[in-house]
Amino acid sequence: MLKIEDVVVHYGVIEAIKRVTFEVNKGEIVSLIGANGAGKTTILNSISGLIQPTSGEIRYKNKPIIKTSTRDIVAAGISQVPEGRRVFNGMSVKENLEMGAFLRKDRAEIQKDLERVYESFPILKERLNQDAQTLSGGEQQMLAMGRALLSNPEVLLLDEPSMGLAPLFIKEIFNIIEEISERGTTILLVEQNATIALEISDRGYVIETGKIVASGSAQELLDSDEIQKAYLGG
Amino acid sequence: MDTLIQQLINGLSLGSVYALVALGYTMVYGIINLLNFAHGDVYMVGAFVGYYIITNFNLGFLPTLILTMLITGILGLVIYQVAYRPLRNSTRIASLITAIGMSYLLQNGMIYIAGPQTRSFPQIINNQLYKFGAIQISTMQLLMLATTILLMIALQLIVQQTKFGKAMRAVSNDPEAAQLMGINSNQVISFTFFLGSMLAGAGGMLVGMYYNTITPTMGAGPGLKAFIAAVVGGIGSVPGAMLGGYLIGITEVMISAFGNSMIRDAVVYLILIIILLVRPSGILGKYEPEKV
Repeated sequence: MLKIEDVVVHYGVIEAIKRVTFEVNKGEIVSLIGANGAGKTTILNSISGLIQPTSGEIRYKNKPIIKTSTRDIVAAGISQVPEGRRVFNGMSVKENLEMGAFLRKDRAEIQKDLERVYESFPILKERLNQDAQTLSGGEQQMLAMGRALLSNPEVLLLDEPSMGLAPLFIKEIFNIIEEISERGTTILLVEQNATIALEISDRGYVIETGKIVASGSAQELLDSDEIQKAYLGG
Repeated sequence: MDTLIQQLINGLSLGSVYALVALGYTMVYGIINLLNFAHGDVYMVGAFVGYYIITNFNLGFLPTLILTMLITGILGLVIYQVAYRPLRNSTRIASLITAIGMSYLLQNGMIYIAGPQTRSFPQIINNQLYKFGAIQISTMQLLMLATTILLMIALQLIVQQTKFGKAMRAVSNDPEAAQLMGINSNQVISFTFFLGSMLAGAGGMLVGMYYNTITPTMGAGPGLKAFIAAVVGGIGSVPGAMLGGYLIGITEVMISAFGNSMIRDAVVYLILIIILLVRPSGILGKYEPEKV
């Protein structure tokens, strides 16, 4: 579905991503785990076309997308829920959701997806006309996810969905991520909170200062002593 | 009392033009944090375009207004594409200096094309005075008020209700997140320049008709006043620009009528200084603490 091949990203002279290669297969939940500053967000932003890699290739359904604009990447079916939610303040919940469907013209289908988002996140329906900035952190995360789902993506990129949330909200959000996956959306999840991410994932990659240092099935990673010590606080 | 109401009407007429021009400043600032100092000169171009359309094609008020707005709108678009778009990723000061350069280019370009002399604007409406007791209001003032109010309502509808208007707000709020929605920010910014320049062009044409005279340097004064109006109202805020425009217009007229017209501009700048000291984000601007 999504293949990242030897991708290198520079910020000025600093090499932030050093020849990273991994892939996400259709229907999987794949986690990218690692500490702050490891380069996880940079990878997601390269996939979304917000950042131009220096070299390497990113393939989506076997087509190179490295030179493709963000707009066309979204249109092709890759949607990102950015770190820190990034909901549009000063706009209502409804308007935020409408922006998620910006590129779509199929009104009936949008309405159907909207209903599905309300089903997953009933709280959003209650707050439709409220300004997005008045929502709590957890509600904003739900809004950001609902917004991304309204582009009807085949691949959903999630950047630190647990950040700054209360444990109860984290549980709810991760349950919903599993639900989204069960409906057939492929998910690439970036998390610092490795345990909770791996618990719902099929596979995982551990990234450290711009390099992948370990990979395997989620269970293997959860069981590995080394990784337990370094990333899972074990 | 009558004089007060009379001056209020005069102030509203002048203020509505400041408001029209201020809207363009505020929208462009809201979306790319650029103080587009060439905006006052787009207003001047609007006056000249109206002048040429009327003298050459002898059209009526409404067709002239629509054509003028279209032409200045396209001018705004071209200005963005040529001058500001290549600087999207450079420092803000580079764009600001470019804006000042663009302002001189438009002014001197117009002097080159039309000559530096003052021209009198052809009268296309039958300007009558309507008297209500001691208060009088002219057709021109009514036309100016009605046109600006209609344009502002139209702008509000576009920004609040249409998909593209919402995209404008999204880009102004968080350009990167907006990109992740598939919004093409260049398209949205171009559209913002188009809308803002249309309003400035309308303002220029209305003022040309109102004061009867146009010159290539006519944009500097009102451009600055409209900029102050945008800052006083809260730069980036659309209702703020409207409020600021009327406030500055009414203040100017009141000072001229009841004080001394010599200190008119000084008072306007004083208001700016006070606002910047007391409420730097403007009357309706949102206070946003520096994010870390």
